[in-house]
Order: sequence, then structure tokens, then C-alpha cells
Amino acid sequence: MNAIVKAIADSRHLLSGNEALARGVWEAGVQVATAYPGTPSTEILENLALYPDIHAQWSVNEKVSLEVAIGACVVGARSFCAMKHVGVNVASDALMSQTLAGVNGGLVIAVADDVGLSSSQNEQDTRFWGRFAHLPILEPCDSQEAYEMAIRAYELSEKFGIPVIIRMTTRVCHVKGLVTVGERQAYEHKGFLDDPTKWVMVPTHAKELLKKQGSRDVILKAYVNECDLNRVEDGSDKRIGFVTSGPAYLHVKEAFPDAPVFKMGMSYPVPIEAIRAFGETVDKLVVVEETEPLVETELKAAGVAVHGKDILPKTGELSPLILDKPIRELYGENVDDLADPDLPVFPRPPTMCVACPHLSPYYCLSKLHKKIRIAGDIGCYTLGAGHPWKALDTTTCMGASISMALGMTLGASDEDKDKPVVAVIGDSTFLHMGMQPLLDVIYNRGNVTVMLLDNRTTGMTGGQEHAGTGFDIHGNEAPRADFEKIVVALGVNPDRVRRVNPYEMPTMFKAIKEEINQNEPSVIITDQPCVLTTRFKRQNPLKVIDGCTGCANCLSTGCPAIIVTRRETETRKSGKEVEKAYVEIETTACTGCNLCVSTCGPDVIKPVSFLEVAKNVQ
Amino acid sequence: MSNNAELTNILVCGIGGQGVMTASEVLSMAAIQLGFDVKKTEVAGMAQRGGVVTSHVRFGEKVLSPAIPKGEADILVGFEPAEAMRWAKHLKKGGVAMVNTSRIKPPVVNVGLFEYPDNPVEEMRKNGVEVYDFDAGEIARELGEMRLVNTILMGAISEHLPFDAQVLKDIIVERFRQKKPELAELNDKAFEAGRKAAAKSAQSAA
Ligand SMILES: Cc1ncc(C[n+]2csc(CCOP(=O)(O)OP(=O)(O)O)c2C)c(N)n1
Repeated sequence: MNAIVKAIADSRHLLSGNEALARGVWEAGVQVATAYPGTPSTEILENLALYPDIHAQWSVNEKVSLEVAIGACVVGARSFCAMKHVGVNVASDALMSQTLAGVNGGLVIAVADDVGLSSSQNEQDTRFWGRFAHLPILEPCDSQEAYEMAIRAYELSEKFGIPVIIRMTTRVCHVKGLVTVGERQAYEHKGFLDDPTKWVMVPTHAKELLKKQGSRDVILKAYVNECDLNRVEDGSDKRIGFVTSGPAYLHVKEAFPDAPVFKMGMSYPVPIEAIRAFGETVDKLVVVEETEPLVETELKAAGVAVHGKDILPKTGELSPLILDKPIRELYGENVDDLADPDLPVFPRPPTMCVACPHLSPYYCLSKLHKKIRIAGDIGCYTLGAGHPWKALDTTTCMGASISMALGMTLGASDEDKDKPVVAVIGDSTFLHMGMQPLLDVIYNRGNVTVMLLDNRTTGMTGGQEHAGTGFDIHGNEAPRADFEKIVVALGVNPDRVRRVNPYEMPTMFKAIKEEINQNEPSVIITDQPCVLTTRFKRQNPLKVIDGCTGCANCLSTGCPAIIVTRRETETRKSGKEVEKAYVEIETTACTGCNLCVSTCGPDVIKPVSFLEVAKNVQ
Repeated sequence: MSNNAELTNILVCGIGGQGVMTASEVLSMAAIQLGFDVKKTEVAGMAQRGGVVTSHVRFGEKVLSPAIPKGEADILVGFEPAEAMRWAKHLKKGGVAMVNTSRIKPPVVNVGLFEYPDNPVEEMRKNGVEVYDFDAGEIARELGEMRLVNTILMGAISEHLPFDAQVLKDIIVERFRQKKPELAELNDKAFEAGRKAAAKSAQSAA
């Protein structure tokens, strides 16, 4: 078991922001914790699940997850919910109403922003939800603060009777630092609060609650200007005073150790009056925030003169080095651009794994791509947009493949109208937000071929269980959603639902070709596990024996275990030049999935064991 | 810039799945044991799928920003030579690079879209970097366990750390004693093999 679970009060540990936050949530006496995975937030719930006396669960999506947490807080428990930034878009319907109702037991929502897009489809600033939903935002800068603010957030949630958002960023979630921990508090359960005027959001109730929200705003604004989470750190160099929060605070302190700093731990509502007073003590104010100019805009609107995104980058992560030049220019220093370019090296984008069960669907789709449109979704299989397959036309957000595919058939031009549209979606994504779109296809008599790539895990975020894997967050057996039954229940003709073993490439190819030519919706479900899970079983590795003709067919599978040893341009008798690429298979990496065997014209890919057996016989 | 002179900055780089995170973890453990403040960056999710992976380890009296600014790393540990070259400019003047010369070519090189550099270590030297290089993959193979590359590289840099090599070695061996006792001895050996290989590389460079 993870040592931190057993850590005693006042001991110090090297923890990531996610681990530290989880510890704080547990210590706060939380009873129910929920999440849907998403980088960089995933490890928060994975860690909470290790602790005793707390119910931790993966929910099917962020909206459901937040609603479960809300339910628990209504009946008087402290509850918790974690998600990545885009998760709030999904959960926002619940959020925007619950903010009116407020809480009974404390409710804290941790949202992790992927600043710099290490693994996301967009870069979103969660602090705007504070403004939109009239809720406080706490912003830890490191692991110790993540731990402390988790506990503090519950106090605030119950003090003001509202959910509190802890805004994390990648550089908090995924940085380890030393944390001094405490122990679990005994939380006095509040019991169900029986008050329909608070919990039943009908217009008459909501109108009253809207008024309360207004007076709550006034109270929060007064509080934030005096709150000890916001503090001034004095400095001798008064030319610039920095207003900053989150990891940006650390960058400022490192780059300009002598400058006065207004450090925001609670950044929404913006502590405007406290900052105005701080501004009186320095020549100029600079707001350093990731990523959007939220604090800056509010300050300007309140008549406080500040610099911010006029001189600093508007997107991506900040760093001491990024701050250096613009700030020194503001100091009036002459700054030479000493940028020392990196040595040029090829890019190394993420790739699908050796023997990934997604390889064969994409091999087939890439061969058919001229004749079809392919709407993609979010997961490891989004890599199908890259080399060598280039087999995705769109990817927007979770679940959008199927609905966009329907739209693409409906909106097609005259010359395109007979082009089949395929939607590619993963198992976790299908359960997250793919069922409703499929129902929409059925209801509206659409025609889409859905490729449901069931690898029995949430692969992209590191392999979490979900409602379709048969296991829960603790690895205990759980009811397993039956994809075939679900799609039939949604209305897909049972004859048009197929299960295919993706390693049987010819079958895969045939199945796709047949289904795209039907005039009704169809679903092809692959059924082999992700190679990074324990469910995957290695076979004897393969080897290229003498006789490779350099046709490079096998390279189109995209399997990274196939290595080019030699390239050549060959001139055919007809005078036509062809590129040849001779290959070998990296035997230590190969897991013997056999996918490449069916692509090899001369049939020279053989199991290593077979060769050895043959040698012994000789 | 600022207070960084008192910090030790180690940048570990490689490819998803090579053990970059484990290396930075043991380095952090060593620094904690010696009473330093430590920060270490992690990588999760997608980036690990064969992509570029780095981990920044910073320790000293008090660490603020978690990422090592370009031009301030004291030590660069390269699990792969092209990756070491990619991050070479993160080294400060006088910093050292310890490079495993076993190459891993990504699919984009494989399908011919990009060229692998002829000699990454030479490129780094041409740019004034002090490089120690050897084939850690080969040593691991000889020791019969590819996953030893990590410990071999830790042994190799152990003489360049601002503390005694033994501290790092004890932490690594102890970790294995706790988790996989059957591998403790082997890791001890791997650590020493790395140390020797680095010393040899130093001689040939001199
Ligand atoms: C609203 C939202 N929540 C979470 C994520 C993070 N995320 C991206 S893809 C994905 C699921 C991937 O699992 P699956 O669909 O099974 O495909 P796999 O990666 O296993 O191929 C998750 C959780 C996201 N992008 N958007």
C-alpha cells in the first residue's frame, strides 16, 4: 500500500499536488469522493481510493460524478469531486443550478487545468467558472498548499454554504514537493436538511435564491479582501509589485526575489480593494496569471492601473525565463535577446503502443479513407489522426464522433452524399457521452457506422476502470456494461452489430467494408484489451526471416516494433521508380500479436519460437 | 538570475516507458535524506506513449519554481542520445551530460519523414557540452535485465552529484530490498557498472 495512506501526523512526505490534495480531502473527513478521469487530475481519485473510511468511485462522466457528490452533500456528508478543465463543461449544468441551492455538508470540486496542453484538446481557464457560478476559487501553488487548501476549502464551503472550487494546474498536479501532513478529522455528519425551498430548483424557489446569491456575493467580496489566503510579501525593490497566484507565484519569486508580491490563494472573487491598497505601495502593478487575463480585467474595470497580458504571453505555461525579458523591459533595462536555440532534433510525438488493438482498425480505415469520412473522438485512438494512418477527419470533444458523423451525413454536398461516414469511439468515451448520440442517430433515422474500440480500460489517462470493464476503482469486481446489449437497446438492428477480434485483420477489413455499405446504422465492437493492462497476454515474439522484399506494407500498421533497416529506390523494368524499405522486428519489444503477419506479401514474419524449433530439428 | 546558484538542478530525459520518473524519484529521495528541500516534475497520461519525457529535479535550501530554466541545469541525464541532444541547451555552462548511447528511433524517423542525427553526442560536444557517453543498454543486456539501464545511469552520474555516491546507491538498493529483494544485488552491480563506465568515458575523453 502507498506509504502516504499510513503517514502519521506531522510527518513529511514527497507528494505530487494530486497526492497532497487527496490527503487533505481525506483528512477533512470527506465521506464520498467521485471523479471521471482526465489528465492532469486523474491521480487525485486514484489516491483517495487508497484511504479507508471514504467511498471513492469512478463515475461515467463529470456531470454524473458532480451530481453524486451533490447528493451526498445534500444529505449532510462532506463530499468531493475531481475533474479536468473540460470536465466542467460537461458538469456545468449541475454546477450552475447547485450554486443557487448551495450545500449542506461541505462540497469541494477540484478542477485541474492542463495549462500548456500536455494532454488535452484545448486550454481553458477554470477561474471563469468562479465568476460565472458566483463561487470562490482557491489556487494552490504547490503540494503543501494543495493539501492545506483542501482542508480549508471545506471550512469555507460550510461557512458560506456553497461549493468551493480548487483550481489546480499541471504544474501543481504533477510536481512533487515536501508536504507535512496531519490526521483525519472526525466530521460531524449534518444529516439531511429537509428544505424543498432550497433543494427543489423551480422558478419560485430559484428567484429567492438568486437574491440570496446577490447578498452572498457581497459577503464573499468583503471576505476575500481580508482573507489570510491572500497576502502581501514585502520586497525592497518597489518599482514593480506583482499580483499573482498558483505556480506563477513561484516563478515570480524565483525571477524577482526582491520585488513585493501580492499572493492570491483565493483568486475569485478578485480581492480588488486589497490589491488597490497594495498598488499604493509600489510604482507599478503587474498581474502574472495563467492563462487568461481574468484578474487583470477585473482590476482594470475597477480603475486599478495594471500591466498583464499586454506584456506577458496570453497562452501556455509561464516560467521565470518567460517573465524575465518583458519585466526587465518594463524596468527600463536594455534587454538583449540572448535566446539560445535548441539543437535541432526530429519531433517525437506520442505513438500507439506495440501491438495496440487500435492498430488494425486504423490500418483498415486508412486503406478505405478515400471512400469514407471518419469522425474521431477522444482517447488513445485519436492518435489515428497521425502517422502512418492519417485516418481521422475530425475530433472535437468526448462523444462528438457519433453525433458529428450524423451531421456530416445530413449536411453533405451532392457529390458527397453517398459517402459513408464512420465514427470511431473508445469504450470509456462511449459510456461517458456516446450513448445519447447513438440514440440520436437511431431516432432521426440516420446512417452511421460506429467503430466502438473496446480495449476494456480508459487507456489515454493511464488505464482506469469504468462501467464497461467489470471492475471498480479498487479493482474489485463490478457489474459490467454489455456494449452489444446497450447498442441494441438503443435501437441498432442486432444483425448490424458485430464483435471483431482486431488482430484478425482480414475479418476486420471485411466487417468495415460490409457495414459501411448498409443503409442503416451499424456498430463494430473490437474486443481485445489494452496492452498496458494486465488483461493483455503476451505471445511469442516475431522475427523477419530472410526474404523481406521491402514493400513496406507492414509499416502501415504503425506498430513501433517494426524498424526500417535499409531504404532504397528501385527502378522497375517499366522504368518506374519505387521506394523500398526493408525491415526487421525488434524482438524484445514485439508481443507476438500477429497483426503484421497478414500484411507481409512474401510471408517472412515468423514466430521466434518456431524458428528456434526449426533450428533444433535441423 | 536570483537565488538559483544555491540549487542543484538535474534534468532527466528520455522516452515514455524508459524509467525517467524512477530515476528522478531516487534522486529526490537522496536529496531529501540529506535534508534539502526538493521539487520534482512528473509526466502522466498521453505523453508517456513513446513520446518525449523529462523530469526536473531541483534541490537546495528552498526550491521555488519547479521547472529548471533553460541554461541552468547542472546535470543532464539522457536515457537516449537524441533526447539528450534535444535538451542539451538546458545545461548551464560547465554542466555535464551523461548519455546512454542506445538509440530509439520513433515511427516518424522510421517511415522516413525525419532523419536521426548522425552523432548526437558529437553535436553536443561541438556545442561545448561536457559529455560522458556509453552504451548502458549493452551493459544492461550483459547483466541480463534491460530495466537496469536506469540504475546504471544513476551509478554513472553518482560521482557528479553534490553528495556522496553511496547515498544514492543505498537508496536504490534499499528500494529494491523493499519491493523486489531478488533484484537488490543485481542493482548494486548495475550501479557499480555504471560508475565504471562513466569513469572510462571520462578517460577516453581526456
Ligand atoms: C470531458 C472530458 N473528460 C475527460 C477527458 C480526458 N480523457 C480523454 S480521452 C478519455 C477516455 C479514453 O478512454 P477510451 O475512450 O476508452 O479510449 P482509449 O484511450 O482507451 O483508447 C479521457 C478520460 C476529456 N478529454 N474530456
